[in-house]
Amino acid sequence: MRKALLFVVALASVAGVWELYKAVGPAAGGDVLGWRILPRTSDHAMPHVWEMIGRLFDPESRSSSRQIWRVVLSGAWFSFRLALVGFVVGSVVGVGLSVLMARFGIVRRGLLPYLVASQTVPLIALAPIVVSWSGRVHPFGLDVPRWSAVSLLGAFLAFFPVSVGTLRGLLSTSPTSLELMRSYAASWRQTLWRVRFPAAVPSMVPAFRLAASASVVGVVVAEISVGLRGGIGRLIIEYGRQATSDPAKVYTAVFGAGVLGLAMASLVGTTDSLLMRNRAPAEERAQ
Amino acid sequence: MTVEDLAVEPTTTSAVRIAGVSMTFNAGTPRAVDALVDIDLSASAGEFVSLIGPSGCGKSTLLRLVANLIEPTSGTVTVNGKPAHQARADQDYGMAFQQAGLFDWRNVVRNVELPLELKGWDRRRRRERAMEMLRLVKLDDFVEHRPWQLSGGMQQRVAIARALAAAPALLLMDEPFGALDEMTREHLQAELLRICAEAGTSVIFVTHSIPEAVYLSDRVVVMSPRPGRITQLIDVGLGRDRDDDTRESPVFYSKVTEVREALRGIRGATDDELAIARALLDGGRDAAGRAGVDDR
Repeated sequence: MRKALLFVVALASVAGVWELYKAVGPAAGGDVLGWRILPRTSDHAMPHVWEMIGRLFDPESRSSSRQIWRVVLSGAWFSFRLALVGFVVGSVVGVGLSVLMARFGIVRRGLLPYLVASQTVPLIALAPIVVSWSGRVHPFGLDVPRWSAVSLLGAFLAFFPVSVGTLRGLLSTSPTSLELMRSYAASWRQTLWRVRFPAAVPSMVPAFRLAASASVVGVVVAEISVGLRGGIGRLIIEYGRQATSDPAKVYTAVFGAGVLGLAMASLVGTTDSLLMRNRAPAEERAQ
Repeated sequence: MTVEDLAVEPTTTSAVRIAGVSMTFNAGTPRAVDALVDIDLSASAGEFVSLIGPSGCGKSTLLRLVANLIEPTSGTVTVNGKPAHQARADQDYGMAFQQAGLFDWRNVVRNVELPLELKGWDRRRRRERAMEMLRLVKLDDFVEHRPWQLSGGMQQRVAIARALAAAPALLLMDEPFGALDEMTREHLQAELLRICAEAGTSVIFVTHSIPEAVYLSDRVVVMSPRPGRITQLIDVGLGRDRDDDTRESPVFYSKVTEVREALRGIRGATDDELAIARALLDGGRDAAGRAGVDDR
């Protein structure tokens, strides 16, 4: 309840700051110490908040009777599913890699630099390659749907924080715990499930949060560079093109992206609080 | 006693038999450290043996060799008549450390069940056994609590219950009460004696508290550092029925003194310190007396 209230207050203050700057800022933009950094406040560059909200209830175009909020919401839902697939695939791959790296030092030393390097490849450079694969590869004689390329790119961004965070967690198990398990002659697998994973949870939780937002970013960017229709990324581009005549419209798509991010964050947040129940409160653990 | 002598003795009578064991860390490198040299020691079934000595004397290393957490550079370690690695595989011993080392993500009873789970006991049987252990350490009112909700002493009792869960014939303890306050410490010492007497468990107990070693042990093993070796074995002989009065008895005091003197003897052992002591003696008795103050 308190949280919901804070959320509303935060949203309202963002809108307030927007309107305040619009009211006092220079209409044609401004210079600070010779640098042009103050944004223009004309209705064209910064439409009023109520205009953006009002636009949500207008029909999408003259030829369509669908209201914009319906289109945006269905776009967000479409992208959410792609991001979710990307997040799950990325997490599974990330956890798998981290287990391998925790188990075998040689894998860790060999693989970790490449994992870091992989994240320096720009997503938009990778997108066309992945899309061309999805057209050519036919596992078990099946056609690979076009959206899977987009999810894959989301997974590509999501696996990295998961693998690094989980690895860190798996390797941070206290020596006493490991010695205890050794005194029971426990196998590596028994130690993994009973000690290493549970001990890694506090490191995995923030990693999953990062991965969730990374998968959303990955999917939205991939939709744009792949040209996949139906998602929020495509809407942002479409409405952006109409910005000259209808500047408020593109913000409706941005709202959609925000809703998408929130949905993902709350999903992961719920999972996290389930995982972290029964754990010592932070101040107890610090002792 | 030589290795051969030990080999012919029946092994069934001893809980632990350490023969000619040496341990060198970083062997073959410039940083090689002789942690233990030529250790012979045995503990009979039901015996309580304490290892005491200054830091760096290798007492923890010796315990970890018995636990087969590390392998000796040379010599043999036999636990319950089996090679140490076999004893570890069979969970013939239970272990407790200075940190209770309980798992946050398990409640008290599930922590105690852990060794039984690894042994493949079924759910009902291990719950029964764990509850029995918790009654033994008088924590049966805290079954569902999380470790972090318990005091340090209670956590250590859970750790002892866990160490005893699989009914091991041998308990290996590395300063288990080291982090506790004096009152809790004395209370748990009495509890430990009671529990081990009931179950007939042998104990190897590492400590650097002289009164603790004397109160608990049938035998105190005094060790010296650089390189780690056994300098003296002291039979305590306070008898089975020890209580709070025992701590104030003359026998207790005399044994504490005996162990303390054995430990002092060690302090003079290094060449440097001998040289200093001699120089001080030359300078007169008073100076030597002042040097003795350092010795704790």
